[in-house]
Amino acid sequence: MAATDAGQDTGVDFRTRLQNWLPKIVLAPSFAVMVIFVYGFIAFTVYLSFTDSRMLPSYEWVGWQNYDRLFRVREWDIAVKNLAIFASLYIVICTLIGLMLAIFLDQKIRGEGILRPIFLYPMALSFIVTGTAWKWFLDPAIGLENTMHLWGWESFTFNWIKDREMAIYTIVIAAVWQSSGFVMAMFLAGLRGIDNEILKAAQMDGASNWNLYRRIILPQLRPAFLSAFVILSHLAIKSYDLVIALTGGGPGNATALPATFMYSYTFTRNQMGIGASSAVIMLMTIAAIMVPYLYAELREKK
Amino acid sequence: MAIASADTAIRSSSFSRVLIYLVLLLFALFYLLPFGIMLVNSLKPLEEITGGNMVSLPREWTIAPWLSAWSTAQIGVEPTGLRPYFINSIVMAVPAVALSTIVGALNGYVLTKWQFRGATLIFGLLLFSCFIPFQIVLIPMARILGILDIAGTTTGLILVHFVYGIGFTTLYFRNYYAAFPTELVRAAQIDGAGFFQIFWRIMLPSSGPIIAVSCIWQFTNIWNDFLFGASFASGGSAPMTVALNNLVNSSTGVREYNVHFAGAIMAAAPTLLVYIVAGRYFVRGLMAGSVKG
Repeated sequence: MAATDAGQDTGVDFRTRLQNWLPKIVLAPSFAVMVIFVYGFIAFTVYLSFTDSRMLPSYEWVGWQNYDRLFRVREWDIAVKNLAIFASLYIVICTLIGLMLAIFLDQKIRGEGILRPIFLYPMALSFIVTGTAWKWFLDPAIGLENTMHLWGWESFTFNWIKDREMAIYTIVIAAVWQSSGFVMAMFLAGLRGIDNEILKAAQMDGASNWNLYRRIILPQLRPAFLSAFVILSHLAIKSYDLVIALTGGGPGNATALPATFMYSYTFTRNQMGIGASSAVIMLMTIAAIMVPYLYAELREKK
Repeated sequence: MAIASADTAIRSSSFSRVLIYLVLLLFALFYLLPFGIMLVNSLKPLEEITGGNMVSLPREWTIAPWLSAWSTAQIGVEPTGLRPYFINSIVMAVPAVALSTIVGALNGYVLTKWQFRGATLIFGLLLFSCFIPFQIVLIPMARILGILDIAGTTTGLILVHFVYGIGFTTLYFRNYYAAFPTELVRAAQIDGAGFFQIFWRIMLPSSGPIIAVSCIWQFTNIWNDFLFGASFASGGSAPMTVALNNLVNSSTGVREYNVHFAGAIMAAAPTLLVYIVAGRYFVRGLMAGSVKG
């Protein structure tokens, strides 16, 4: 920017030089903090993943041994499979619900101003609160199942949260409840940004509503789809609080995810080396999604 | 064309409009129900919950569960209620929010109005740091907090939230200041205004909305954090989310659901209040973190 050059002709007195350096001096602490606390820490954890650290960090190099063991531990296998189920359902369902609500809200709905905040408010809550609410709602003894029984539907059963096979889907339900309104907001912003003239022209040409959405509106929402996918997948991989609050990873370890695996191996099972290697895998997965996305976004800005 | 098509060109039959309203209302119910039922049941005596229907209103209204959750419920080993932890969370969140917002504002100012070579790279690195899974920094952070002798304290948590908040606050202010006319900054510079003078007199006065966005987003994130609180705070210095989880998942004694619900609503209240009062900025913060610009 030209702003930096403006002061240079007036002689190189101290004040001018200071002014030229000030921006860098102001940014320097943040830069240092980032280099140490983010990238330095990442490097340290990567290093630990190649050591035989157990309860405390150790500096004995063991090569790929931790990764080798990680991929042979059954719990990790379960955690990765759970993440695959959870992430794909979470992303797909949130996107579908979010898109549907956004399209419906965009039909000049009376009371949009009331409905929109209702759809979005769960996003302001802590996952621990969400987990507490749903844990009980899904508990067959006092929650939905019990209510249905009291209302006379005796054969109704809904005990997924106690069922090893189905428990992971309860995490999906609660997570969708929390984030689908957010996806709705993203799509709604996208819809409101579409030029109405194009739509009117297409309508005059006799396009049906269905074709209008399929051919013109949805393709224009591509950036919103991409953002939703990136944000949701990154949230899914980081999911920790919700599992802890809703199921504690159980029954057994039926709802363990990589994030809970990392925590329990590092801090309760004293297998820090393996814990570190699982954290590295998590970082790599997120980086594979985020880096290309952020790179593209930053380039576009120029 | 019809006058009604000013906002949207899509028109639909009255049958499909009824259907649309029906779906929207059903979803409103879906979003409201868990929290609403929790609220209703927090005002019931325990017998009415275990022996009754969750959707019925209390036969006997009581605020005893709220009093218990606030000041006498067993959290971990101490019967302190959630009050001290609520205070912990406030003591933790307020300085962390303030610090990260101030630093983010300065960073955004430098990165847009005083660009130098490598500025985009620095911003890219900062931006990526917003999205790392925090599991990758847990182990070294625990070490550093130990070395600084602030392990298990609220001060330690303030540091952690401040450090990992800078990325987002910088992002907000950078995007906001990017749209701010650079000519104004240059004109002020020619008039002899310095770096900080320009920031104080020209940038800050017009930064109200983005300061609100940054504070709200940071507050929500920090208040709702669980991972850092569970990892780095011990016993009495735990934040609200960790205390709530301890309350709900403690295995001893009778499960006092009504107390759990009251506690959960207390933990939700500050961020919910912020959302109700300043929802507009909350949504803007969410969007700025995803769809930039």
